Amino acid sequence: MSKPMTRHADVQTIPVSFTLNGRLQEIDVEPNELLLDVVRDRLGLTGAKRSCDVQVCGACTLLVDGRPVSACTTLAFEVRGRSVMTIEGLADDGKLHPLQEAFIEHGGFQCGFCTPGMLLASKALLDENPNPTEAELKHFMHGNLCRCTGYKKIIESIMAAAKKMRGSRA
Amino acid sequence: MLKRFRLEEPESAAEVSELLGRFGDSAKIYAGGTELLLAMKEGLVQYERLINVKKLKGLSEVSGENGTIKIGALCTHHQLENSSLLQQKLPSLVKLEQNVANVRVRQAGSIGGNLCFAEPHADPGTLLMALGAKLVAEKISGKREITAEDFFVDAYETSLAADELLTGIRVPTPGANSRSAYLKFGYLERPSVGVAIALTLDGETVNNVKIAVGCAGPAPRRVAEAEALLNGKSKDEAVRLLPQAGAIAGRASEAISDLHGAQDYKEHIVGVLLKRAFNSIVS
Repeated sequence: MSKPMTRHADVQTIPVSFTLNGRLQEIDVEPNELLLDVVRDRLGLTGAKRSCDVQVCGACTLLVDGRPVSACTTLAFEVRGRSVMTIEGLADDGKLHPLQEAFIEHGGFQCGFCTPGMLLASKALLDENPNPTEAELKHFMHGNLCRCTGYKKIIESIMAAAKKMRGSRA
Repeated sequence: MLKRFRLEEPESAAEVSELLGRFGDSAKIYAGGTELLLAMKEGLVQYERLINVKKLKGLSEVSGENGTIKIGALCTHHQLENSSLLQQKLPSLVKLEQNVANVRVRQAGSIGGNLCFAEPHADPGTLLMALGAKLVAEKISGKREITAEDFFVDAYETSLAADELLTGIRVPTPGANSRSAYLKFGYLERPSVGVAIALTLDGETVNNVKIAVGCAGPAPRRVAEAEALLNGKSKDEAVRLLPQAGAIAGRASEAISDLHGAQDYKEHIVGVLLKRAFNSIVS
């Protein structure tokens, strides 16, 4: 999906080799290219959304080495040697992640625009804290905004997924 | 989205200083980018070059020695909130870091970048001031320590020289009787008011009181007059003097009326937060 780019001889490019959803990805980027644009426009993964563009809303959340970042304000070269997960990589070979199943089961989304970010941020939370209290969950997720005001269902979905994931671990 | 720039990736403080000296205002240090990239995307600032300092070694650690806690300038907020040394020695800073912006900003943003950008509505500078922190600045010709009071000049303005970079923060390790707290209040994305207090509680007496206010005005400010009022007083007497100390701190905050609140409102909140912060550590 990478689109050809016309470059001037004096334009600096940086070779970036990284893992994208489990697979090695190699791409040349200019220093000013943002991770969100590279992922959406050059690599064709449009699950992450551009919304506030100032690291407030969380719609562009991606996981870099398992931690949530705002792709809208991350320079693409920063993922050199790192592992990036987009929402397209959350399901395992067509099998939905327990969080995705829980969001469906508990109605954890309405319009769906914030959902990729909600899912990835909550995955990061549950990976580091499999048994969060509701307060811990709210603290971790307070930078992911839902303008359909579906927070109650989102919290229920994440708590249900956490329970299910703990059960499958035991 | 972002205008084209060149990227420099030096590996030593001396190289950074040399680049800053050579390229002057056309270059800017880049670390976490959480503030800088927003300003660049908005077109408020443009640079021909960004100097990525994240390849510098030894600036991402927290360590303690000889009564001083050393925090590397490249430590992210996430690192600081999870530092076991800080959790043990400076719980007030850990609590502050846990509540900076959101999880993504804490993941990328560095403490050094936060201080150097000197955004008025930032938290760490205010508490570091009350904790008696010194900031370590380096350039080719040498190294110096700047007190937090002298570091913050105005909104978005610090006392760093054009070819200097911040490499670390030095906080005196608090003693057994030391207490500190930072409280903030706001209803927008960034705080309207932040208040920090540090003191030692020797029996029934409060000593070594340090108070700083931030976010309400252009830069964090120490409030020596309010400190003097409370210093050496008994707990009960200090509590009675808190409204007066709060009023002094409110005026010292140099609060301005803006979207974050009216001047008198912010001054009032300073007093409320000072009282709550004091009561949270002296009981």
